[in-house]
Amino acid sequence: MNVNESIVVVLAASAIFYGTPLVFASVGELLAERSGVLNLGVEGMMLIGAVTAFWSVQHITGPDWMVLLLATTIGGLAALATSLIHAILVVGLRANQIVSGLALTIFAGATGLSSYVGNVARLGGQPAHHEFLALNVLGLSGLPVVGPILFHQNALVYASWVLVILALAYLYRTRPGLHVRAVGESPETADVMGVNVARYRYAHTLAGGLLAGVGGAYFSLAITPNWIDGMTSGAGWIAIALVIFAFWRPELTLVGAYLFGLFSSLGFVLQARQVHLPPEVFASLPYVMTVVVLVVVSTGWAKQRLGAPAALGTPYVREER
Amino acid sequence: MAAFAAASVVLLVAGKDPIATYERIFDRAFFAPGALTSTLVTATPLLLTGLAAAAAFRMRLWNIGGEGQLYLGAVGASGAGIALHDQTGPILITGMILGGLLAGAAWAIVPGLLKAYFNTNEIISTLMLNYVAGLLLLYLIFDSQSYWRDLSTFSARQFPQGKVLADAASWPTFNLEIAIVPLGFGLGIAAAIGLWALYRSTVFGFQVRVLGDSASAARYAGIKTRRVVVVMMALSGALAGIGGASQVGDFRHVLDPRGLQQAGLGYSGIVVAALARYNPFAVPVVAVLIGGLANAGYSLQGPDFPAGLVGVLQGMILFFALGGELLLRYRFTLGSRGSLPVGAQPAGAARQ
Repeated sequence: MNVNESIVVVLAASAIFYGTPLVFASVGELLAERSGVLNLGVEGMMLIGAVTAFWSVQHITGPDWMVLLLATTIGGLAALATSLIHAILVVGLRANQIVSGLALTIFAGATGLSSYVGNVARLGGQPAHHEFLALNVLGLSGLPVVGPILFHQNALVYASWVLVILALAYLYRTRPGLHVRAVGESPETADVMGVNVARYRYAHTLAGGLLAGVGGAYFSLAITPNWIDGMTSGAGWIAIALVIFAFWRPELTLVGAYLFGLFSSLGFVLQARQVHLPPEVFASLPYVMTVVVLVVVSTGWAKQRLGAPAALGTPYVREER
Repeated sequence: MAAFAAASVVLLVAGKDPIATYERIFDRAFFAPGALTSTLVTATPLLLTGLAAAAAFRMRLWNIGGEGQLYLGAVGASGAGIALHDQTGPILITGMILGGLLAGAAWAIVPGLLKAYFNTNEIISTLMLNYVAGLLLLYLIFDSQSYWRDLSTFSARQFPQGKVLADAASWPTFNLEIAIVPLGFGLGIAAAIGLWALYRSTVFGFQVRVLGDSASAARYAGIKTRRVVVVMMALSGALAGIGGASQVGDFRHVLDPRGLQQAGLGYSGIVVAALARYNPFAVPVVAVLIGGLANAGYSLQGPDFPAGLVGVLQGMILFFALGGELLLRYRFTLGSRGSLPVGAQPAGAARQ
């Protein structure tokens, strides 16, 4: 048997494939949280991204790459617009971040706006006119082991790698990145430094929305190229959990996301190989593992709150300094 | 009111006349014959999941798992209903209530213990368990030969469904002339009073309030934080579990995975709790209002009233309630009871 069809290689390749939307969403959430804004609306924003991106590929005509680029951008921008609600409420009006984020998911999520849009535009049950397909990068996809894993993925997978590098460089190597971290750790200090706390928080909440939308678009354009109500099935929540696993560091979101990609794909891969267990057992793996990993992460380092921005979840009011 | 104004814009964009739509909504929610009765049917689970969320949120314990705890309550209650099918009504129904209550509490105790002993973020863990509970429902009815599944006839084996409970397992109702009140709603009112009494006149209730206001103050006062967290989580899960039991006993009389999952009753409970500012007595009022809104939505949901709008409306009401809170805070700085947790009192617009 060809080594590239061995279960290890298939699992590794599909872990990356299924983990990629989580990379986008959790890097986005990480940026927002680094600025001190907890956004529990990721699930809702992802679904908005998924539905608008899918609408776009059905209605825009043109060459494949252009339609997909536009659709992903539109999905991201639609989710960005959704995150603006949260930003106004928690940064501008200093509302409770937890309640506002939950409200955002109820508003936009599986029984809200995304479902409404999908329903009105009659998107259900249509096959996508365009979808992200695996590329043969540099003609290397046939290489043993690394070929299918690294050189036979779709364009968004490679974009997510660039994103992680950019996020790292931004947070640790640029002045605005330093300011974001300051705003998340100690908004008072940042304010004294002359950093506009509210502006940074707005910008990063919106960036989080944009990336959640791209992650959502990945679901409707790459994983299952069609539209189903609530198709992200909890990925937005797993992305929020991933930020904790990653100790708020972008490079570690890759590890977490691919781990969960592995759990998500395990069911399909094993079923294709005649392992018979109830489908619900496989389907519940990512959720159960999220809790398990969360427990492991939160025990050892709980005391130090390693990596968590100190001002996460708290509104900043200048007069109360 | 602002929420209604904003929703009008949505309706206008969707090509509907907002005023006529509101007239239809209120008519279908409260005034049309039998409308109040069906509004109470919709409000009953919201009352119980709303109380479940309000109880936990009051001490800033973010139990988002009402959804899954309600599923487990339905599993527990229908299991008890099947097991006790040859008993008399009162025993059967008490068994169902206890079954739902215990199953919901057991499901909630898991994240409660994780929160108390490992400091695991309860928002994520309760939410993840919602998905697991949903899959458990599907497994029990669609992918196994479980105790809950009806395997008695050929067609039931082909088209999976739960065992339909005996007639004696249907919960009684109270006819109050203006509306027929389901037993579950009565239980919810009793639970609201119980919760209020718990906060007001027990040591545990006092500890919950201290914890809600300041975790560090609670620690300095020697309150056993872990125990309070676990007990409160179990209590919250028990309330949601009764909501699930009521779904089985009052309305469905069968374990119906798809029906329960489409309803999203646990998540709506969060909306209800937030709008009620976690006040046990405000929860029934908000539950009836939101129930009426949802009920009108269902009855209007024809080809011209698409799915998803109920969630949009609920979300908007919450947004405006949250936004209005700031204005309230500014206006009533001196007069307000400043002891509520910071940012924990969304109300304003939605109260009108």
